[in-house]
Amino acid sequence: MATPAAVPHTPAVGHSASPSGLWSWLTTVDHKRIGILYGLSALAFFVLGGVEGLILRSQLAVPNNDLVSAPLYNALFTMHGTTMIFLGVMPFSAAFFNYMLPLQIGARDVVFPRLNAFSYWLFLFGALVLNVPFLIQPFTQGIDPSSALAPLTRVIPDGGWFGYAPLTTKEFSPYLSIDFWVAGLQILGIASMAAGFNFIVTILNMRAPGMTFLRMPVFTWMTLVVQFLVVLSFPCITVALVLLLMDRLFGTHFYISSAGGDPLLWQHLFWLFGHPEVYILILPAMGIVSEVLPTFSRKPLFGAPFVIFSGITIGLLGFGVWAHHMFTTGLGAAADAAFSVTTMLIAIPTGVKIFNWIFTVWGGQIRLTTAMLFSLGFVGMFTMGGLSGIMHSSPPVDLQQQDSYFVVAHFHYVLFGGAIFGLFSGIYYWFPKMSGRFLDEGMGKIVFGTVMLGFNLTFFPMHFVGAWGMPRRIYTYDEGMGWEQINLLETVGAFILAFGVLLFIISFFRSMKNGLPAGDNPWDASSLEWITTSPPAVHNFDKTPTVYSDRPVWEKNHGPGPGYSLPEGDEHIHLPPPSIKPLIGAVGVGLFLTSFVLLNLTNLALAVTALGLALTFYSFYTWFLEPGH
Amino acid sequence: MGLDNYKLAMWTFLGSECFFFGSLIGTYMSYRGKSLNGPYPLDVFDPAVTSISTFDLLASSLFMVLAVHYAKLGDINKMLGWIGATIVGGLIFLGFQYYEFSHFVHEGLTLKSNLFGATFYVLTGFHGTHVAVGVLLLASLGWAAKRGHLANVGETTEVIGLYWHFVDVVWIVIFTLVYLLEYT
Amino acid sequence: MKPTRALLLLPLLMVFLAACGGDHPMSTLDAHSDLTRSINVIYGRIFWWTLLLFILVQGGLIYTVMRFRATGKETTNPEQVHGNIRLELTWTILPVFILLHIAIPTVSTIFESQAPASDDAVTVNALGKQWWFSFEYPELGVVTANEMHVPLGQEVAIRLQSDNVLHSFWVPQLTAKRDMVPGRVNHIKFKAEKLGEFLGQCAEYCGDSHALMKFRIVVDTPEDFAKWVEAQKAPADTVADASKAGFDAFQSAGCVACHAIRGTTAASIIGPDLTHVGSRTMIASGILENNAANIKKWIMDPGEVKPGSKMIDLNLTSEQADSITAYIQTLK
Repeated sequence: MATPAAVPHTPAVGHSASPSGLWSWLTTVDHKRIGILYGLSALAFFVLGGVEGLILRSQLAVPNNDLVSAPLYNALFTMHGTTMIFLGVMPFSAAFFNYMLPLQIGARDVVFPRLNAFSYWLFLFGALVLNVPFLIQPFTQGIDPSSALAPLTRVIPDGGWFGYAPLTTKEFSPYLSIDFWVAGLQILGIASMAAGFNFIVTILNMRAPGMTFLRMPVFTWMTLVVQFLVVLSFPCITVALVLLLMDRLFGTHFYISSAGGDPLLWQHLFWLFGHPEVYILILPAMGIVSEVLPTFSRKPLFGAPFVIFSGITIGLLGFGVWAHHMFTTGLGAAADAAFSVTTMLIAIPTGVKIFNWIFTVWGGQIRLTTAMLFSLGFVGMFTMGGLSGIMHSSPPVDLQQQDSYFVVAHFHYVLFGGAIFGLFSGIYYWFPKMSGRFLDEGMGKIVFGTVMLGFNLTFFPMHFVGAWGMPRRIYTYDEGMGWEQINLLETVGAFILAFGVLLFIISFFRSMKNGLPAGDNPWDASSLEWITTSPPAVHNFDKTPTVYSDRPVWEKNHGPGPGYSLPEGDEHIHLPPPSIKPLIGAVGVGLFLTSFVLLNLTNLALAVTALGLALTFYSFYTWFLEPGH
Repeated sequence: MGLDNYKLAMWTFLGSECFFFGSLIGTYMSYRGKSLNGPYPLDVFDPAVTSISTFDLLASSLFMVLAVHYAKLGDINKMLGWIGATIVGGLIFLGFQYYEFSHFVHEGLTLKSNLFGATFYVLTGFHGTHVAVGVLLLASLGWAAKRGHLANVGETTEVIGLYWHFVDVVWIVIFTLVYLLEYT
Repeated sequence: MKPTRALLLLPLLMVFLAACGGDHPMSTLDAHSDLTRSINVIYGRIFWWTLLLFILVQGGLIYTVMRFRATGKETTNPEQVHGNIRLELTWTILPVFILLHIAIPTVSTIFESQAPASDDAVTVNALGKQWWFSFEYPELGVVTANEMHVPLGQEVAIRLQSDNVLHSFWVPQLTAKRDMVPGRVNHIKFKAEKLGEFLGQCAEYCGDSHALMKFRIVVDTPEDFAKWVEAQKAPADTVADASKAGFDAFQSAGCVACHAIRGTTAASIIGPDLTHVGSRTMIASGILENNAANIKKWIMDPGEVKPGSKMIDLNLTSEQADSITAYIQTLK
């Protein structure tokens, strides 16, 4: 079946002790270190996006507030959405893909470790391109609006995370703000796709002997589905962004109606990506929950094949529902009806998952650890988001809810109550494996309580203001609309939520140093990552296990089957050497794509384009010739 | 599993490319006939010229097959010869494209002139870029194979061959939908 | 855990307290047209189903967790149940019936609400601008801005367009929502069922002052509507001397570059038609009450009132502004 879990084509470099120092991090190709880099970056950007959210909530706390100006508010909600989706939830999931996936399938690393490092550095480059404008803007305010440098007066992306044309075309946004956004997303897209190819091949080719598809952990399964969604959906937004860039730079008319172009083309391409993206965000969390609930109920996942097939079905249907984001755009009755029905169908596999999770817990011996609380919270909160989703799957109802706060409530229940709760659960669940210590459980329960309270206080009332007609993306509102008390309540909730996250971060860093020591398998869990040491050795497994069950570690400990076995004798271990090439390649690709932004200002940008291409070619060519690739 | 890592990675990459070109071709088709002013496709197309370049690209795919064949047999010299032929085929195609683009511009069709210009140049331009990247890959492959840098010449050649064939197949689709459809 | 659980009820309680008081002029829950009523029928049906499922799932989850808490004294593992085909089939198939119950009225309402309007409908061309709405009644010869009048009980067909960015036309109690997409014409048709003013607001992000792009629909009795149409059709009255001086100021300051006042030489269609601006309740697209102080504030510093406003700051002197304000107020 699977090839042996050594990196193929790799000359032996033998065991190496874990090196330290900045250089070792810049050149690392170890999936665990890259996972940590993803995790810490995601945490930082999650906090940044949270602060942006807090400013938005503070502005809306009272009617006619003037804490921030209209353009700044618009930039902040643009960056809040962009950051949370692309720099918060996605890399948080990527942290777990990187760290846990090779461990779960009994591999020593991902199949292309350098490509993996390249993905991370490119992600970081893209994240910086999106956020550097915050540092530039204060210095460009004084620029004369009639000068050639006028496009610099607005650089923080402000076209919404959805970037609807024609607002984002040059006529209506003649500033660099949109260009930075285009470049950032383009870079992040390539980073995600590169990681996607890597994980697909890793999962398909690197599984330990005996690990058939139905013996794969559900988290691994959901990762596989997500990676297919990534590599198939990101090309659509890549094209959408290329066309926008062509309009902005070279005077084409893809989105410009006066020349026959159609602004809805953007929406079709964007949501062809954007809806699968929703599942890219939520499926990893569903995978985590499918690991945590069984572990802390001491039972197998109820109906595991059904949970897996539901995940696959959700992924497939995800490509057939994009136009439900466009019910108000006037696609015609037939299209509205068709997309409405496909959207409603998604409720079925989603419901299957929820019922299976509940029946997993049913009859178990439930231990309410923090990880378990967040997973149970996930089931409850995600259900809430799913149910409100059924409401706007009906186009007539959507005509009232679209772009109102009702929708804001809906997707925060899906993405915070869903995705982020799932990721928090994953952090509490796998922290002992990654650090060798427990993440403070006593504090964990306080964190869960505070986050749960703050979250519901912030987002539950949004259903009400939404139903009372409050539109999204408004920086101010008048008195007398009946929205005042609720908005104040939401703002209070947001600060409670932020306090909960703050407590989490404090306890996270404290536990990293002082947490109680955890053993190799502190939760008595079932998948292969728990047979490694905590934290795992650089090479993960001394010997590659052979797997006989979908719960190898549990069965080894509790029967009835053998679970897994280890081969006799010593194994020769291959590990790729560290390399700086991935970082150079990422800088090359990043510069190449960012240079287009600067083409608006000066043709000198072409030099940057050339430099980027040269660095890319140099790094790729030499990296393929470096020993150990 | 049956597939080599690089080959599997190439297949997933090509799956991704299908959506990339699918989006571009979809854009072209949805804007077909929507230009508000000329030049229109029939004003500029020369089917004879494009047929020759199409034939050339198809022929290069045949050369690629032969290159893979000899790479697998371990006959590096013959493999290099056919790689060279494939590269020449690719370069000739790019030459035709350069001729075609400059001819169209001369006829007044630019990126800015209308939707046809924009969709045509972006679609065929990205295809041309893929051919150029393919030529670069083949050249790097030949160079590395000649120097003996490659651990497994056969597999590597086959993986790059997959890419080359894909780029050809995309051209067949473009040739059919963009050019031939105008003459039905 | 117990105190945490009690705390969770707190937000619900507070929301219901907050929900009790006050009126909500843009509430989608108060339907006052045939269209919004038909929407709320579907909404109600989905609401009760989802409420049932909500109680079922959350109740089931909480009950399960309370019932199967580990005691720490277990000596054996729980029974290792892997699944149950019959249950799987049940919760795969049952939802189909619920979805059908929702989908059938959904699809029929989609087709009914998007059918062509009847011939005797009052047609309005609504044009979204940055950041205001132009309303033109092609059959009645009326052009106005930000305040649409419609007759009670008669079908109104709105044709939605934009020549700039995307906007969305939304009067929650009457029309629900449709986007204004450049290069396309979208349609809403409805019959108002209640007299009065109904507030609306742009619901698609459209740039700096998206939040300030408000408007209203005034539902009149058919008689009042006819009177309103007559008044709006008439050109502006600029005979009186005071008005003459005001118009001169309007002209010399440069307002004519963008605004039309029928009956005068001002005929530009870039900004709102001001022929009867004095008869509107609000100015600056529904954000300021129509009075002298507000008009003066608005024309002297447009960017302050509405960020990014396309109305240029003409550097009016206070006297000029007073004169123009007085004139505008005469345009009843």
